[in-house]
Amino acid sequence: MEKLCDYFFIYFCPNLMICKNLFIGIAISNKLYIFFFSLLLPSRRVERAMDTLIAQLQRRFCDFTISLYHQGFLDDQFTELKKLQDECSPDFVAEVVTLFFEDCEKLISNMARALDQTGNVDFKLVGSSVHQLKGSSSSVGAKRVKGLCVTLKECCDSQNYEGCVRCLQQVDIEYKTLKAKLQDLFNLEQQIVQAGGRIPQVDI
Amino acid sequence: MTRDQIAEELPNLAESKLTALVVDDSFVNQTIHQKLLNRLGIENDVVTNGKEAVDVYCSGRNYDLILMDMDMPIMNGIQATKRLREMGIESKIAGVTTRANEGEKKEFMEAGLNDFQEKPLTISKLLSILHKLNFYVQT
Repeated sequence: MEKLCDYFFIYFCPNLMICKNLFIGIAISNKLYIFFFSLLLPSRRVERAMDTLIAQLQRRFCDFTISLYHQGFLDDQFTELKKLQDECSPDFVAEVVTLFFEDCEKLISNMARALDQTGNVDFKLVGSSVHQLKGSSSSVGAKRVKGLCVTLKECCDSQNYEGCVRCLQQVDIEYKTLKAKLQDLFNLEQQIVQAGGRIPQVDI
Repeated sequence: MTRDQIAEELPNLAESKLTALVVDDSFVNQTIHQKLLNRLGIENDVVTNGKEAVDVYCSGRNYDLILMDMDMPIMNGIQATKRLREMGIESKIAGVTTRANEGEKKEFMEAGLNDFQEKPLTISKLLSILHKLNFYVQT
C-alpha cells in the first residue's frame, strides 16, 4: 500500500515528496480511495516515472558532489571518510561532520570572546583554538575552512588584531556555508534512498 | 578498501586480536581513528589526553598499539610518551599529529615513538603504521 502511494506521488508530484508522510497519514484513513485511484495508473508508466526520478536525483547528487570538490569546499580527506562509511555505520560521515560543526561553534566562540578583550587579548588562547580547528577541518576534508585557519594562525602568531578579527569572521561564514551545502548533499542522499535508488559512487 | 582487500595486505588479520588505544582530545579525530581501527578489526579504547593514557596503563590495562596525538591539554603527547617509556611500557606508540616541521617531529620521536604519521589518518596510513611496526608478521 505504501509503495502504491509512493508511485502515485512520484508520478504526479515528485517535488512534493516531503508531503508524502502527511499524505500517507491521510491515505490510511482513506485506503479505498487511494487503492482505486492507483489502479488507474498503468504499472509500466509508474516504473518509468520512478526510474526517471531516481536518475534525476542521482545526476543532481553527482553534479553537486563534484562541484563541492571543484569549488574547494571539500578535499580528498572527505573521500576517505566516505570510504569508512558502511552498513555497520551508514551515517558515519554525517556523524563526523556534525562533531566538526560543533567544534567550529565552540572554538569560534572561544576565539571571539578572547578577541573581545581589547587591550588584553590572549593570543595564545586564540592560537591554540585555531590550531584545534585547523586539525578538525583537516580531518574532515573541509578545505576552505582549513585554509582560513592557516591564515588566522599567521595573524595570531604576529599578534595582528585586525587581521584576526577579519579572518575569524571569514571562518565563521565559511563553516556555515559548508554546513548548509553538506545538509543539501545529505538531503539528496535521503531522497535517492526514499525513492528506492542507490547512492552513486562519484569519481572526483 | 573492503575487508577482503585489507586482509590481502595483512595475511594474519583474521587471527589477529590486536588492541589499540586512541589518545586524542578531539572528538572528530577520536571518531575517525576508532572507525579506522574497527575497520581493521582492531579492538580499541579512547582517552582524551596523555594523563588519562598513563592512568589507564597504571590501572593495569595494556594495548599493542597507541595512536598518540601531540597537542592535548593536561599532559601532551610528548610528555605522555616519555612517561610511558619511563614506566617500562613497551607498547608500540605511533605519533599522529598535524605538526609536521622537522624539529617538532624529532622531539616527538625522541620522546620514545616507534613511528610517526601526519594527520589526518587514512586507511593506507594506518596500514603503513602496522607494516612498519611489524604487526601481522608471518612466523
